Amino acid sequence: MFMTWLPLITLSPSHRDHLLRWLLWGCAGVTGGVLVCILVFLILEAMPALHQPGWHRFFTDASWHPAEGAYALWPMLAGTLLSTVGALLLAVPLGIGTAVFCYWYAPAWLAVPYQRFLELLAGIPSVVFGFWGLVTLVPLINQWKPPGSSLLAGMIILTVMILPTTSLLSHASLAQVSTESLCAAAALGFGRWGTLRHVVIPSCRSGLFTAGLLAAGRALGETMAVLMVCGNVVQMPSSLFDPIRTLTANMALEMTYAVGLHRSALFVSGLVLLLLVISLVGSATWISRTPRHG
Amino acid sequence: MVATWGAALVLLVFFGLLLGDLLRHGLAGLSWEFFTSPPRHAGREGGIAPILVSTGLILGVCMLTALPFGLGTAVLLAEWTHHRSRTGALVRRSLDTLAGVPSIVFGLFGNAFFCVTLGLGFSIVAGGLTLACMVLPILIRSAEEGLRAVPHDYRLAAAALGLSRATTVRRLLIPAAIPALLAGFILGLGRAMAETAALIFTSGYVDRMPTSLWDSGRALSIHIYDLSMNVPGGDARAYSSALVLIALLLAINAGSMWVGHRLASKRILAA
Amino acid sequence: MCVRLALCACPDPNTLKESRVRPGRIALPLLLAVTLTEGCGESPAAHQPLTKLSITGSSTMAPLIAAIGKRFETRHPGTRVDVQTGGSSRGVADTRSGLAHIGMVSRALHPGEQHDLLGMPVARDNISLIVHTTNPIESLTAQQVIDLYTGHTTNWQSVSAVDAPVVVVNKAEGHATLELFLRHFHLKHSQIQADIIIGDNEQGIKVVAGNPYAIGYVSTGSAEYSIGHDVPIKRLPLTPTPVASATVHTGRSAIVRPLTLVTTRHPPAFVRTFIAFASSSHVHDLVAAHYFVPLAS
Repeated sequence: MFMTWLPLITLSPSHRDHLLRWLLWGCAGVTGGVLVCILVFLILEAMPALHQPGWHRFFTDASWHPAEGAYALWPMLAGTLLSTVGALLLAVPLGIGTAVFCYWYAPAWLAVPYQRFLELLAGIPSVVFGFWGLVTLVPLINQWKPPGSSLLAGMIILTVMILPTTSLLSHASLAQVSTESLCAAAALGFGRWGTLRHVVIPSCRSGLFTAGLLAAGRALGETMAVLMVCGNVVQMPSSLFDPIRTLTANMALEMTYAVGLHRSALFVSGLVLLLLVISLVGSATWISRTPRHG
Repeated sequence: MVATWGAALVLLVFFGLLLGDLLRHGLAGLSWEFFTSPPRHAGREGGIAPILVSTGLILGVCMLTALPFGLGTAVLLAEWTHHRSRTGALVRRSLDTLAGVPSIVFGLFGNAFFCVTLGLGFSIVAGGLTLACMVLPILIRSAEEGLRAVPHDYRLAAAALGLSRATTVRRLLIPAAIPALLAGFILGLGRAMAETAALIFTSGYVDRMPTSLWDSGRALSIHIYDLSMNVPGGDARAYSSALVLIALLLAINAGSMWVGHRLASKRILAA
Repeated sequence: MCVRLALCACPDPNTLKESRVRPGRIALPLLLAVTLTEGCGESPAAHQPLTKLSITGSSTMAPLIAAIGKRFETRHPGTRVDVQTGGSSRGVADTRSGLAHIGMVSRALHPGEQHDLLGMPVARDNISLIVHTTNPIESLTAQQVIDLYTGHTTNWQSVSAVDAPVVVVNKAEGHATLELFLRHFHLKHSQIQADIIIGDNEQGIKVVAGNPYAIGYVSTGSAEYSIGHDVPIKRLPLTPTPVASATVHTGRSAIVRPLTLVTTRHPPAFVRTFIAFASSSHVHDLVAAHYFVPLAS
């Protein structure tokens, strides 16, 4: 991976290069600044609730009834985690599978339209997925096991939503495996599957990882579709068919009507979610640091 | 082999069903009038002309802002920072975090920062800027991956020719990475077009033809959301609007592919 | 260009205190946008003949008020009515902070809101219980509704002929319809055992239409429209309790809420003109067209 990086000293930097460097750092600064601003904004808005009922109340209270002074966030944290993990378990193998299909197995007349098809799906608004889930998927699950609006419905809708992104990003990183590696694999007598397993997947691990990470982020942050199919009951689910509420749905459902402490408590949901994302990214960094073969 | 065909088939069938549903319900509402007239009766009747214009303007502002910043950051990450350097990692991690921020938080933040603090009010500019913050991580990460994948030889050759880094980036690396840049662009645009929650609080709900970027304008996705969740009897138009959105996306994808291929073949000699 | 910018940045400097541009406070994204507004923020908006009226608040009311706004614009050339959504509490907050001239609130004002805000009802909205059309039940008593919603009745068998679990559809905390429902049945929110929690009316209708065992409550207007357009739901009338219960008063069988426009206590003249127009008989056809109940004049 860091083969592609050239130390600055191998080139003689010109005046323009210095200028460009500062310009680029400016860009990166703005990009990073956006996150800092959002974090500060969330903390400021969440402050009253963190101060007055206290942060521990969000994890020790028995239920979520802000109007009656009960602020349990932990069932929603669990709901968010469960639906995201479930969706990733389904979407990542399917996404990589379809990317491999597109790049390796599909005949040319199919691969290109299929690629376009995926790009198209990546742009379907989440409200359309949610709408479809509400009128088609939920009644289907309801026939099987009421009430239909459930963790399972949320997982399926999230899977469908993040699949195109996962697949497209996986495809992009598969496409970047150098011809030399492939030739070398062929020379060593690897078949298609062997090449895939021992050469392609290891060499684009970083790209696949990024794909998974972005998909996880999208799933964690998805609001409208999840709100429409998950049932939104604040509880710890005991099975796949129990309704759940995610942190994002909590904000979207109640933010428009909340005032005072209730509103501030909703920003705590946002803050918890952001901390969740930060810890996810942190652990991902840690995992990717562990030595790999190849 | 069988597994990948299976995966592809599952995806195809599932989305086939979804698109079939949209076509079945939405096709009847599409007509020339639908594209050229303003919505009437809360959107149950009439068309979506002002909404298309607003959507275009919002996306324009979003992409014009996000592209330079995104490309700049990607070039910095790929070419100026070591893969394991601290600052590079910091920027990268903050981008990954940004990608996971829920859209409603972007919406509330955009409302507080762009609409109130910067005084832009409910406007197309505020909506576009909020979306720009949102699509940055997607743009940057895919552009960075693309730039990193440009063969090492290119850089060595450029160095041997005595090209400055600026020139190397502009003449060689960016053109060579165009497919990845386009993929990022399309993903970002798709995300921006599909966004609802971030726009309700920033670009707003007004379905009148905007006269400037500082007017409030309703985006297509908000229109779909409003029709399906807030207006009784809006379903038929919601389906039609969703079809229009998908068709637009298809057109943009095809267009940017075409432009991309032309750019790539013009700028760089066959490698 | 500059005049246009100034106008939009601070729609009306006389009445809106909050929207003044504070340039350079945070030197972050888009210097361009900042400099544009900064350069023009000071130009006088008074030369513009265009009066811009900004209204924010309840999403239930937004389509109606937007339609009223359009009619108002045709009768008063030179005015623009911009309607934004974001919920009743946003309507109250934005009216207080001066971000909006008028707030839309889909309930009566709370006592705490009445000391600094003026509320003017423009229409009424009833709330109805709805079930799927295949459910044979014809009506419910208030006590039965309470039992269903508090989890004392978990199977339709005890009130109707179906043997199936009840799926209780409730609204999310803070929604005006929930408050009203709770007050009508003298319930506390924590007593309710819901299976599905929803946000907007349309979501409620779609959930019930897709689930033969669900019971929910939504705006009557939305329900009537859907029933008229072949959505498989039906309204359940509330029958007065035969045995008068000590805890439940069913004086009225309809649950009613006023759709209210709020302003600060001393609104400028054009705001008063708009509110007078919105509550006049000139817009009764629009109110009816949006499936709300016009106020008797």
